[in-house]
Amino acid sequence: MAKYIMKRIAYILLSLYLIITATFFLMQAAPGSPFASERKMTPALEKQMEEAYGLNDPIHEQYIDYLVNAITFDFGPSFKYVGQDVMDIILRSFPYSIVLGLEAIFIALGLGVLFGVFAALKHNRFGDYTAMVIAVLGISVPSFIMATILQYIFAIQLDLFSVARMESFWDTILPALALATTPLAFIARLMRSSMLDVLSSDYIKTAKSKGMSQRIVTYKHGLRNAMLPVISYMGPLVAGILTGSFVIEKIFGIPGLGSEFVTSITNRDYTVIMGTTVFYSVLLLISILIVDLIYGIVDPRIKINAKGGGK
Amino acid sequence: MKKVLSVNNLSVSFDTYRSEVKAVRDVSFDLHEQETLAIVGESGSGKSVTAQSIMRLVPMPPGKFVGGSIIFNDEDLTEKSEKQMESIRGKDIGMIFQDPMTSLNPTMTIGKQIAEGLIKHQNMSKNDAHVRGVELLKLVGIPNPEKRIKQYPHEFSGGMRQRAMIAIALACNPKVLIADEPTTALDVTIQAQILDLMRELQKETGTAIILITHDLGVVANTAHRVAVMYGGKIVETGSVDEIFYNPKHPYTWGLLGSMPKLDNHGEELKAIPGSPPDLADPPKGCPFAARCPYVMKACGEHMPAYYESSETQKTACWLLDERAPKVEPPEFINVGGSKVHG
Amino acid sequence: MAQPNLTSADFEPLHIDHAESEKIVGESTSYWKDAWRRFRKNKLALTGITILLLLGFMAIFGADISGEDYRTNDLMSTNIAPSADHWFGTDTLGRDIFARTWDGARISLFIGLTAAFLDIIIGIIWGAVSGYFGGRVDEYMMRFADILSGLPYLLVVILLMVVMGEGIWTMIIAMVVTGWINMARIVRGQVMQLRSEEYVLASRSLGASSSRLLFKHLVPNTLGPILVTLTLTVPNAIFTEAFLSFLGLGVPMPDPSWGVMTSEALGALQYYPYQLFFPAFFICLTMLAFNVIGDGLRDALDPKERK
Repeated sequence: MAKYIMKRIAYILLSLYLIITATFFLMQAAPGSPFASERKMTPALEKQMEEAYGLNDPIHEQYIDYLVNAITFDFGPSFKYVGQDVMDIILRSFPYSIVLGLEAIFIALGLGVLFGVFAALKHNRFGDYTAMVIAVLGISVPSFIMATILQYIFAIQLDLFSVARMESFWDTILPALALATTPLAFIARLMRSSMLDVLSSDYIKTAKSKGMSQRIVTYKHGLRNAMLPVISYMGPLVAGILTGSFVIEKIFGIPGLGSEFVTSITNRDYTVIMGTTVFYSVLLLISILIVDLIYGIVDPRIKINAKGGGK
Repeated sequence: MKKVLSVNNLSVSFDTYRSEVKAVRDVSFDLHEQETLAIVGESGSGKSVTAQSIMRLVPMPPGKFVGGSIIFNDEDLTEKSEKQMESIRGKDIGMIFQDPMTSLNPTMTIGKQIAEGLIKHQNMSKNDAHVRGVELLKLVGIPNPEKRIKQYPHEFSGGMRQRAMIAIALACNPKVLIADEPTTALDVTIQAQILDLMRELQKETGTAIILITHDLGVVANTAHRVAVMYGGKIVETGSVDEIFYNPKHPYTWGLLGSMPKLDNHGEELKAIPGSPPDLADPPKGCPFAARCPYVMKACGEHMPAYYESSETQKTACWLLDERAPKVEPPEFINVGGSKVHG
Repeated sequence: MAQPNLTSADFEPLHIDHAESEKIVGESTSYWKDAWRRFRKNKLALTGITILLLLGFMAIFGADISGEDYRTNDLMSTNIAPSADHWFGTDTLGRDIFARTWDGARISLFIGLTAAFLDIIIGIIWGAVSGYFGGRVDEYMMRFADILSGLPYLLVVILLMVVMGEGIWTMIIAMVVTGWINMARIVRGQVMQLRSEEYVLASRSLGASSSRLLFKHLVPNTLGPILVTLTLTVPNAIFTEAFLSFLGLGVPMPDPSWGVMTSEALGALQYYPYQLFFPAFFICLTMLAFNVIGDGLRDALDPKERK
């Protein structure tokens, strides 16, 4: 087990190294970036950047400096907001995003599994069709459109929520719902087909032949096995919520990391773009590791200490 | 011996989007204590549906009982509610399935899968169920049961899994065990072991067994009585000796002819030409008429009555009518030959 | 059972023709014919196709129908609600939303179809080569794909757009850089599976060459899953376009993609919701049409679904 985790962490470090390297050279190539040769900066910033990055050093030295700094999560100063460090911006905005993200994951998983199971149990009946039509709609409505629809109906017309404010839990409900829509619909479909597969499997018949009640057969024997594909979808789910937050936070005016990232893109604030990308990558790689560990616990057939990537 | 189960004129159909498939038509048989009844037939003959109907495991809909009864403990199982069936399944009637690789829950330990039934039907505590589980695994010949009981199905080999399935099915000492092709998915050497095990356990517990199979080899070694099914009907029943050495039905002859034997050097296996009837539109008369080499005018029109040639042997074939031409069974049938059982 | 009244005549032996009973009951249908039969029954998918055809027609001719131009600012007639003059109303700059919607359709569909098409070309080649040769080649090719797909798709596309600048083609390229991986994996999986099947072995033992095998046997057999993935890739690309344009990274002004239109309408949502309604509605409708067609195709092409 420990060996497996060590191995996975080594793999994560390798991926991170590649990502940091890739972003560094991408930013070198970007027009007007502080690293590009024809840069345009104020003298004050030039001096600050010079301290942080050694802009006049040869590229390979800049690169090594950047790598060393990235290990300590030091991404230097913001390119646009003088006097702010990239890490300060990330640490300030991230708490909003993590609350929103966790809420959305909770909604997507909880309701998605619920709808999927419901549809499978009502297979080929009205409830099944209704749930699946709603799911196709959910997949077809992009999150940013869902967000504006929700905002228009509940905040503008019904005045139940504030349009763009982030003060209480109440304010997070609409953005979390909008963020959860697509993954929710996807999980519902995944759960339905996996539940249908499981319910027609032989071991469900065995459980029935032991005299287990319909409830125990469905939930104790069926649900756990049917959850497996949903758990392996958790990685893409986290990634989707993460990128979804870019637009959702913008629409709802949430000062989270997603909207900071979008702002940094519009401003071409290259140091923030790089820092946030690396931060997102760490986040994602760690959550995928956690998901794989959970998968190993739920499915005894996966040997966690065996060789390979664990999938 | 005492009768434990009796199936009377059972008919089961499935509604498909095209038509009603009459999978089991007017099937009757009895099962006695300590007895193994083999139901033999090719795929689609209705043997598995018959077995699953007794357990009420046929999904309804699309399946439905069209008529008949299944009498167990003086009660008709076809009229039981799902809730009532739950206290019969696993407790009074146990079942094992064809493929041990897929019939155990992959995310649950073997111990838990055995204990479930014990806790439900015998009100055992978790600890008692565990102790009984170890006993059961030992009984079905799984070495090192204390360790094995904590393992998951994927850590077991195919034969071991089928043993574990048998332990699960027999956990509550059922009166009837239904084994649906229990050895079909196993290696030949393992097949023999599993059949031996079932025979031994039957001696110890007195459980009556219904053995569903398409393999006459399995039947010869295990069963006491045989029912041959074809096209949703039982075409012949008899003791195992009668079926092997004095069969009366041309389909039974065909089955025996297509079974490989050790001593028929150089002889060809005789396939039965033609294919089974479409049960969505079953023939009016004998289901085998279209493939029968001895077919007569009456066969296509009228379902033959059962002719009793002994106390135990009944055959549904017009050839046994006194007006029919006398037909000798093919040579490869060793009429009156050596007994199967000692 | 009641004994029917039979006469001796009923016991006359009959001659039967076994060839007759060997005849297969029911008509055998080919895979594609059967799939088509099932697809035709799927009303949802047929509706999807109809919607797509209409959208395609309007994307080509729609912008000319109203007689308005998508880029003409008319500051005298800004924010007009849908009326006889302006069927979908006008936006904050007084541009006709009807004309812009269908120009947007042209751009969105072009980006979606082109990106999906390029994904498929690269994906098929990569996946087929990787799956066909297997072994070390396969391992390196797939490891490369793994690394590329380790990051969220949208994040990579955004970074590339930052570097390459805005524009329709840079957007398509950015999407294709990681978009092909999914298709490559599917094709590889199919090829790996087919490679082990007997008819491939059979034709190989008859001396068929590698490239012949690849294109005569493997590609036609992987067509089903490829078709399904194609129909599900297009809405994804349309979504990505809208998403990027919404962030201000997509199609540059004054071209009206649906994403750009939604983004522009957001500021006026409180007072002029119709400005958002039209582009948003058509994004959803297009994605929905592709999704139901994709679902329909999958159900029709998957032999397990045969009833």
